[in-house]
Amino acid sequence: MIACPTCDALYTLPDVAEGARARCRRCHTVLTAPRNGAMTRIVMLASTSFILMLAAIFFPFLELTAAGRTQRSSIMDVVLVFADGPFVGLAIAVGALIVVLPLLRLLALIYVLAPMSFGWRPARDAIPVFRFSERIKPWSMAEIFIVGVAVALIKVAGLAHLSLGPAFWAFAALVLVVALKDNFMCRLTIWKTLEHRRQ
Amino acid sequence: MGCPHCGRVHEAPGPDMCVRCGWRLAANVPDTSLQWVWAWFFAGLIAYIPANIYPMLRTQSLGRTSESTILEGVVELLHYGSYSVAIIVFVASIAIPIGKFFAIAYLALSIQRKVRQGVHGRYRLYEVVEFIGRWSMIDVFVVAILAALVQLDFAATINPGIAAISFALSVAFTMLSAQSFNPKTIWAYGDHSKT
Repeated sequence: MIACPTCDALYTLPDVAEGARARCRRCHTVLTAPRNGAMTRIVMLASTSFILMLAAIFFPFLELTAAGRTQRSSIMDVVLVFADGPFVGLAIAVGALIVVLPLLRLLALIYVLAPMSFGWRPARDAIPVFRFSERIKPWSMAEIFIVGVAVALIKVAGLAHLSLGPAFWAFAALVLVVALKDNFMCRLTIWKTLEHRRQ
Repeated sequence: MGCPHCGRVHEAPGPDMCVRCGWRLAANVPDTSLQWVWAWFFAGLIAYIPANIYPMLRTQSLGRTSESTILEGVVELLHYGSYSVAIIVFVASIAIPIGKFFAIAYLALSIQRKVRQGVHGRYRLYEVVEFIGRWSMIDVFVVAILAALVQLDFAATINPGIAAISFALSVAFTMLSAQSFNPKTIWAYGDHSKT
């Protein structure tokens, strides 16, 4: 028996076929949507995004040429712009939102799901780690950053010549992979499996 | 009562935390979630005022310095003729934040007054507010990218303005405000249809 997480309507959940989804009748929240081999796929996709993220941080992100001078900047530079004066807090916030929190979330997911996808017992403290990863979900803003890049590109387009570096493409791929991964995630199934395997 | 996170069902005077996932169970009366909603709401509102008055960007080009606020940034984009981007920025940094203030206030007031009508619509509104709030951060990122990129000494230099801080704070506060909502309170006084 489960209660709908948003409106508390009670259901005895039947076995939902893989690929199908169960929705709450009152508020239409998706209750469960099991996918075939979802755990393994999530682990794969999370590892992919992790590697892409590392590439995105260290390679040059954008290159700007104006009046014969070239300016290259990586994501780290974007974070560090705010690092002096009154903007330190903002530097920390931007760094957290676009790099640290997405990375932490990926690591947490791999930590929780990798043992389970092999059919092992869940790792120690898998429960608080997974709860943490769900809690920081709205705060990892990689996809918003990409839109911000697009806007910034157009704003300086008249001023200087711009070209996109390898890190930009890594970051764009990262956003797609993360979206795909979240699509496979079914919170209820993960919690049920966690509880079941722990015994 | 059910866990708002994983849906596990607990017996009525249940524990404070869900036995499965450890999420805080908030069904206990009296529900204090609205106080948090209002607290974050006003914090966000206060931070939003300087965000619009003070400059967001400080551009130095060939010895001239110009500062632009959020609204001036949008107008500038319109002058360049990039209407679609102007619309994106306008929606993300003006329309969404203001709309969010109204939406949160409306939701919180209708819960306090125990309004019974339009529960489904209100719940939809809550979902939209929660989903869309993060997108307001676009403008902060734009400022960060521009400032990192455009450091060409004399030709052109862009630096962040003080409004970037208060705008980021305002977005964060209203996100917290939306997250503090206990969606069950929307349902509590409303719909009694069969489930």
